[in-house]
Amino acid sequence: MLIKEDQIYDEDTLRQIDEMAAAEQRHLAALKEDLEACDCKEGMFPNPTKAMGRRSFLTGGAMLAGATLVPRLSSAAAPAGAFEFPVPPDPTKMQGRPIDDGGYGSRSQFETEARWRYPTATKLSSWTMSPLASQVGNITPSGLHFERHHGGIPTIDPRRHALYVHGMVGKPLKLTMDDLKRFPSVTRKHFIECSGNGLTEWAKPKLKTVQGTHGLVSTSEWTGVPLSTILREVGVDDGAAWILAEGSDAAVMTRSIPLDKCWDDALLAYGQNGEAIRPEQGYPLRLVAPGFEGNTHIKWLRRLEISDIPFQTREETSKYTDLLGDGKARQFSFTMDAKSVITYPSGEMKIPGPGFYEITGLAWSGRGRIRRVEITTDGGQTWHNASLEGPIQSICTTRFRYGWIWDGNPAILQSRCQDETGYVQPTIKQLVDVRGMSGTFGSIYHLNGIQSWAIAANGEVSNVHHY
Amino acid sequence: MFTTTDKRWPATRTMNTTAALIVGLYLGGASAEDVGGPYGFGAAPSEAELEAVTIAILPDGRHLPAGEGTAQTGKAVFETKCLACHGADLKGVKETGGAALVGGRGTLASGAAVKTVESYWPYATTVFDYVRRAMPFDAPGSLSNDEVYALVAYVLAQGGIIEETDVINADSLAKVKMPNRDGFIPDPRPDVRNYN
Repeated sequence: MLIKEDQIYDEDTLRQIDEMAAAEQRHLAALKEDLEACDCKEGMFPNPTKAMGRRSFLTGGAMLAGATLVPRLSSAAAPAGAFEFPVPPDPTKMQGRPIDDGGYGSRSQFETEARWRYPTATKLSSWTMSPLASQVGNITPSGLHFERHHGGIPTIDPRRHALYVHGMVGKPLKLTMDDLKRFPSVTRKHFIECSGNGLTEWAKPKLKTVQGTHGLVSTSEWTGVPLSTILREVGVDDGAAWILAEGSDAAVMTRSIPLDKCWDDALLAYGQNGEAIRPEQGYPLRLVAPGFEGNTHIKWLRRLEISDIPFQTREETSKYTDLLGDGKARQFSFTMDAKSVITYPSGEMKIPGPGFYEITGLAWSGRGRIRRVEITTDGGQTWHNASLEGPIQSICTTRFRYGWIWDGNPAILQSRCQDETGYVQPTIKQLVDVRGMSGTFGSIYHLNGIQSWAIAANGEVSNVHHY
Repeated sequence: MFTTTDKRWPATRTMNTTAALIVGLYLGGASAEDVGGPYGFGAAPSEAELEAVTIAILPDGRHLPAGEGTAQTGKAVFETKCLACHGADLKGVKETGGAALVGGRGTLASGAAVKTVESYWPYATTVFDYVRRAMPFDAPGSLSNDEVYALVAYVLAQGGIIEETDVINADSLAKVKMPNRDGFIPDPRPDVRNYN
């Protein structure tokens, strides 16, 4: 398939894509620098843990000369979310550090996985990609959940925060956080995916790692009040059909959500993975609209206004609409269709040689449960069912696994999923064929096509398009 | 008798009746799951409170405030508060991330789409709503309603959508027909019919 990038993307998008590629490149270069400083080249790249380990071991050596177990709190070497401590040669021969971390833990200083940020002109309106390649299990650690901000991360005192629910209702309400927490609550696992996830990949393979190609999806356990409970509380007028959700950030982010969705499964969430929602995820309150594009999950939620028609906000007209080849644009394209990706092995890794590998990754659908994931290791000639890690939950990622013996020959790995509606994940070509093959193609959102990873004879893994 | 499946539970019920109903359900042997509300938590906001937060503008002009402006008055506001990011020609400034506001009309199906307020935005009311809530980027929410009306008038006039002398206010703004007003269609997905 021959599509020129400049036939698909507008100038701004092309520039964004190039800058994303550059940001990923800088991230990879930093990892490689760590690797070169160590003797761990046999590993499955990228593996910064080993590189960090060596650096910290040297620190430990210096400690032997009489230093104490005082952490280097100011150390620039400690990864985000960690403190760097001296490493003793044998941790069984001396006491460890005191139980005195202030009561909230940190991660190991040897774990360096981090989000990387798309280099927008300002750090206040930008997005970060979640490191999927190193994620295990099904929950994204709260500190690694992808982000999208339009006006920075607000600092909100929950004691002063309130949610207004008004408009076409019988009884407008002002609900404090304490009020909200008195209502019956539910806890559900759901993915949130930005509809721009994969926007670089329409024309040709562009970013190198799965963090770059798929890092705008994350899964959390969300706790909160079903929005339907609050709608019953206020009493919705006849003729109401939409709800405006509004955030309390500097962008005062707004989206119109169909009322049916709000009755169905939307959640006013104050909890994430067992604790309060992180500030960058909407503390103290966010809307969770399961299966809808991430932008609708309004963070720092301060207001819900019930209306008869959508508000036509900036985010649902000039952004998050899908311009097609004929110049028309799809609007209110909320649902995230079924998608899957192999996270191991994936781009920029190097598998050490022939033998057994457990291919693994994630599958998800905004329309329900994942029913099946198939794997091909020969570029689509034969497909095999992967095993799915249960319990399989609706509108949640599902981890899949498939045992594979690599014979050392070049191979192309793909996954394709099917959700409970029967829909099977399409190829990128199928999407382009429907939405616009030539001419303008501004539909940068909603790429849910099959991802291909090529394995070279030397074990190097790279991002390719293969239909 | 109301049930939890009645989506339009009358909201006029008082807290006392609510409490009585819930207690009644318990006394009647109903399980906790039958207590579907209303619970009566929260407070009734005052009219003034609600008016202060009702800032989202509907495309038919509802919620537009009093005030007005023209492109002529808007030019001065633009040059002071907007020009640094959006450029003197309103074509955007790459280094600041400021978007192009005008131009691009007729490009949407051309192979080189330029999406701006002029070429892409379907409703002029959205411009008022967005500028008032989120602009200028370094001082969001700081503009007066007159300033916002004037800026909207300036952008629309620079885009050739209204005249320089047109007065933009709560009556006239919703009547502005944007060039791409009919450019949007509903979402037909799933658009690839892969089923088995």
